[in-house]
Amino acid sequence: MAHEPVEAEGGMHGAVCVNARAYRSVTTESTFVRRLLIGFAGAFLIVFLLLPLIVVFAQAFARGIGAYLAALTDADSIAAIVLTLKVAAIAVLLNTAFGVAAAWVVAKFEFRGKNVLISLIDLPFSVSPVISGMVFVLIFGAQTWLGGWLIDHGVRIVFAQTGLILATVFVTFPFVARELIPLMQAQGSDEEYAALSLGASGWQTFWHVTLPNIRWGLLYGILLCNARAMGEFGAVSVVSGKIRGASNTLPLHVEALYEDNMMVAAFAVASLLALLSLLTLAMKAFLEWRHGDEIAALQGGR
Amino acid sequence: MSDIASHAGFGAPSRRRAMPGFGLTLGFTLSYLSLIVLIPLIVLLAHAAGLGISGLWKVLSASQAIDALLLSFGGALVAAGMNAVFGSLIAWTFVRYDFPGKRAMQAMIDLPFALPTAVAGIALTTLYAAPDGWLGAPLDALGVQVAYTRLGVVVAMTFISLPFVVRTLEPVLEQIDRQYEEAAATLGATRWQCVARIVFPTLLPALLTGTALAFARAVGEYGSIIFIAGNLPNQTQIAPLLIAIALDQHEVGTATAIAAAMLMFSFLILFGINLLQSWVRRKGGYRGA
Repeated sequence: MAHEPVEAEGGMHGAVCVNARAYRSVTTESTFVRRLLIGFAGAFLIVFLLLPLIVVFAQAFARGIGAYLAALTDADSIAAIVLTLKVAAIAVLLNTAFGVAAAWVVAKFEFRGKNVLISLIDLPFSVSPVISGMVFVLIFGAQTWLGGWLIDHGVRIVFAQTGLILATVFVTFPFVARELIPLMQAQGSDEEYAALSLGASGWQTFWHVTLPNIRWGLLYGILLCNARAMGEFGAVSVVSGKIRGASNTLPLHVEALYEDNMMVAAFAVASLLALLSLLTLAMKAFLEWRHGDEIAALQGGR
Repeated sequence: MSDIASHAGFGAPSRRRAMPGFGLTLGFTLSYLSLIVLIPLIVLLAHAAGLGISGLWKVLSASQAIDALLLSFGGALVAAGMNAVFGSLIAWTFVRYDFPGKRAMQAMIDLPFALPTAVAGIALTTLYAAPDGWLGAPLDALGVQVAYTRLGVVVAMTFISLPFVVRTLEPVLEQIDRQYEEAAATLGATRWQCVARIVFPTLLPALLTGTALAFARAVGEYGSIIFIAGNLPNQTQIAPLLIAIALDQHEVGTATAIAAAMLMFSFLILFGINLLQSWVRRKGGYRGA
């Protein structure tokens, strides 16, 4: 590409006399290269992100809205929706309590092994979902002494709802904690010390000082945690007995319908999950836009 | 900060005592972490150790297991490479250019994190199915089969790990001071030289971190792959699928051996990522993923 001359007041010059387009900033590319790169990026995103999303809805409505609604109001689908909500609610609640406690101890105190603790909290992200479910089969499966003993006493964990909850808790373990830790570290403890020095108790300080400061970051973490909890497949597929209407969550129900070649029904249920993910993305974008500075430390993938 | 603490009048020698909740939160954090994550993983490793070297070797030297592990790690490598190239391109266009639809594209980037993997799996399979999928049909005409082949595995892995490189590069690109590019340009460097010799070296640590994160995610991925992969032994079976099949047939030893091998590799990768990130942090500016 041609290299344009650079002058101190090049912009003004160009605007006044010469063809303005001939002068571009030296830190950007020619219009042609720019359009080419945007074109490639756009094409890649359309093929890899947009088309799969559109396919879900196109297949779901392939036989009209009647078939779509019939698939969603089927008794097994309703049972899967209820179970998914229940499992996600418990998993999110537990991991939120954990996330707040972990962020408090990491952000407010200095102690030995803190960095190890932070690394261990992230551990579940690097474990394959299937293995995340499998560990609970190894502990509570019918062939183990603990599993056998529990089954003798009428408690089933694997192939029952408790197993689904445990696997989901494992998989979504780091979400709230890793959102809150950098946020609370950045905020420091000055306001908490002020409250304590004025005579507030620890709990009062937490509820009235810390919680209002971290609420948007907390909501952000809960949002991501919930999306993963409702959509988890690999971990729960190992611990679920896959009994329709009893131990199938929505993603497992999608698989069951798909394997029975009931395409419209499978994609109808899948479209519910796709809608949930779009809603999550919209709320996430809103939180980043409206409360970006209060969520902070958001950079990086997860 | 310490001033306020000492003025609080607790007579505490350190800040630790002035701030309440240390015992409670540390106790809860450690017990919960141990119960949910550490003990289960240790049980898994203990089971694997119980198999002994010969037991592990017997499972892992079977051709089906070798091929599955090679596919999981090799496919993830190709997918991570794809995302290194296209992720850099996407991050570059997001940070450096303005164009219509950018906001929507930026919001869409995280879709693979938000979309349940089973949904992605059946959608990709339908999209690439050979005779009549929207992309399967034209590719079929060109003689390319994606669904139920190893290529399909790579496509699903690319989808699922797409956001990592973009998300890791964006903040670093935003922080790059364009002064250096301007200086190089005034000294006669072409645009390509500026990008290759000034921008790229600055981005490299973050690019490696993002690619490694993408790789780690793709290696363990299950839901989005198994539908498009089909289930052909020695061909399209990924390692997590082999574990699931073994568990289904109550072959706990087989499942344990493959899982332990995967965990070991994953921990090595994680260790590498941590080294990379501390390197990035030493270079300054970037706050880690």
